[in-house]
Amino acid sequence: MSDLLSTVVSAGTFEGNQELRSRSELTAKEVMREVGAVLRMSEADVALLAEVEADPGEDQTMIINMGPQHPSTHGVLRLMLELKGETVLRCKPIIGYLHTGMEKTGESLTFMQGGTNVTRMDYASPLNNELVFSMATEKLLGIDGDIPERAVWMRMLLSEMNRMSSHLLFMASNGMDIGAVSMMLYGWREREEVLRFFQKVTGLRMNHNFIRPGGVAADLPAGWRDDVLEILEMLGPRLDEYDTLMTGQPIWRERLQGVGVITRDEAIALGATGPILRSTGLAWDLRRDMPYLNYKDVDFDVIVGSYGDAFDRYAIRLAEIRESMRIVRQILDKMPGGDYRIQNKKVTPPPRARIDESMEALIHHFKIFTEGFKVPEGEVYVAIESPRGEIGCYIASDGSATPYRMHVRAPSFVNVQALPHMMRGGLVADAVAVISSVDPVLGEVDR
Amino acid sequence: MTTDALHDCVLGQSHGQSVLFVPKDRYIATLRKLVDDSYTMCVDLTAVDFLTHPGRTLPEAITPERFEIVVNLLSMRDRTRLRLRTQVSEADASIDSAFDLYPGTEAMEREVFDMFGITFNGHPDLTRILMPEDWDGHPLRKDYSQGRIPVQFKGSAS
Repeated sequence: MSDLLSTVVSAGTFEGNQELRSRSELTAKEVMREVGAVLRMSEADVALLAEVEADPGEDQTMIINMGPQHPSTHGVLRLMLELKGETVLRCKPIIGYLHTGMEKTGESLTFMQGGTNVTRMDYASPLNNELVFSMATEKLLGIDGDIPERAVWMRMLLSEMNRMSSHLLFMASNGMDIGAVSMMLYGWREREEVLRFFQKVTGLRMNHNFIRPGGVAADLPAGWRDDVLEILEMLGPRLDEYDTLMTGQPIWRERLQGVGVITRDEAIALGATGPILRSTGLAWDLRRDMPYLNYKDVDFDVIVGSYGDAFDRYAIRLAEIRESMRIVRQILDKMPGGDYRIQNKKVTPPPRARIDESMEALIHHFKIFTEGFKVPEGEVYVAIESPRGEIGCYIASDGSATPYRMHVRAPSFVNVQALPHMMRGGLVADAVAVISSVDPVLGEVDR
Repeated sequence: MTTDALHDCVLGQSHGQSVLFVPKDRYIATLRKLVDDSYTMCVDLTAVDFLTHPGRTLPEAITPERFEIVVNLLSMRDRTRLRLRTQVSEADASIDSAFDLYPGTEAMEREVFDMFGITFNGHPDLTRILMPEDWDGHPLRKDYSQGRIPVQFKGSAS
C-alpha cells in the first residue's frame, strides 16, 4: 500500500509546465508537439502547418501574458501569447484562477441543495444550469415524464428569458471590447429589465435556485404576463437600434468580419457547441435536434452563420434574442394552468399551510430539507442548449441523498479551448474580439 | 441491466441511454470504430472514483475497478448519444489518450488527470489545468479529504 501511495503521490506532484514555454527551451519537435496540443490538432494537421511554423527565431518573438486581470478577458482568463510583432503565433489559455471545487462541493450537498451549487457555475445563465441539474436528477428518480405541464412551460419561459438576458450581456460586453462603449450601457440596461422580471418571479436577480427537481419553487406571480409583454415590446425596437448602431456600421464590421475564423470540421473536432458551431453553418441546436421540455411544440428557427467568424457569432446571438422572443410569445399563449411542481411526496415538501395543521407534514418537511430525498442508484447524462452551447450534467448516484459524483459539462470550458485555434495568425488587437466572440463565463470554465 | 453488444463490447441501457462498456485495452480501437459510425463529436470526458461505492450495478462480464472513465459521444447524423464507460484500476491508473481522434478531449483529459490522477498515455500536454502547478493530491478522489473550518461554539469547553 505504501508503494502504491508513493507512486500515486509522485504521479501527482509531477506537474509539468502549465505555462507557454519560450522557443529556446524547446526542441523543434517539442514545439511541433506543443503547437499540436495548443492548437488542439492532430499530428497530421500540424505537419500541414509546417510552412507557417518556419522557425522565426527566438529573438524575433515575444511571449506576453494577457490577463488574468485584463478587462477584456471576462473574468480571470489568462492567455499567454507568443507574438511576432503584432501577429499571434501561439496562444495558450491558462485557466483555474476561479476554481472553487464546485464538483467536489456537489458531492456533499443533497439533490435538494444541489441547485444552489450549480446555479453559480454559469452565472450569466443560472436558470439553465439549474434546469439541467434538475432534469438529470428527475431522470434518475424516474419522474422525468411526470412533471406537470405548467412547470415544464414555466421552465421553458425562464430558460428563454435567460437566453435573452445572457445574449444581451454578450451584446454589452462585446460592444465594450470592440470599443462601442455606449453599447455596453444599452446592453446592461436591457438585461436589467429581464433580471427585474426574474427578481419578481424567483426573488433573486441571479443564482435563483428556482428550478428544482420535481418542478419549480413557486408559481408565477400575479401580473407576470404583463411584465413579459412589456419586456417583449420594449426589446423589439431596442434590438432594431442595435442593428442601426452596430450591424451595418463599417467600423464594427471591419473589427469583426474575418476575425477568429473556425471551420465546421475544426469546431466539431474541438467539441465546440452553441453559437461557435452554428457560426460555421452547421444548424445544430439541441432544442430542435434533440428536443427536451416542450420545444417540439414551439416554432422557431435555428440561426446559422456562413463564415465562422466573430461577426457571424455576434449576428447569431442578436438573432437568437429575436428567436427567443418569438418562443416566449408562443409560451404566453400556451401556458397551461395547474400545478407548478410534482405532487410526489418523496420529492416535494408539503405546502406551508399544511405544516401548521399536521405533525406528519412538519416532520416530512423537516426530513426533506435536512436529509434530502434518496435517489436510486444509477448514472445519467442529460444535456440541454444553454446560451453558450451544450451544457450537460452527469450524475452517478449510489442510492443516497447526495450525488456520488456530479459533473457538469460546461460549454465555456470546451469553447475556450478553441481560442488558440481562432487566434492563430491574427493580430493581437483582434485577440480581444475573438475572446469576446467566444463569450466565456469563467465561473463555468473553472467551476 | 439488459445487455447487448456493439463492436464486441457490452452495450447496456441506463435510463433509456445507451452505455457501452469498453475494456481498457480496446478503448482507442473502439473509439476509432465509433468515429466511423458517425460519432464525430466527443462531448464530454470525465471520470468517477468508485472507492466508497464498489458494489455498483454493472453487467456480469465487467469487473469493477476503482476508477471509471466516462466518455459521452454524439452523433449529429443520427442524433444519438452513446456513453462509454471504461474501468481503470487503481494500481495502473492510466489509459490511452483520445487526443488523436478527438482533439477536443485535450482539456478534458487534463482535467481528469488534475482531479483524479489518471494519466493519459500519449497526451501532448498532460499538466494540471484547474489546480495550481504545485498542488498535492487529486481533489475529486474519494480519499482526498474535503477539509473543514473548525467552528467554535460560545461557552463550550474547547
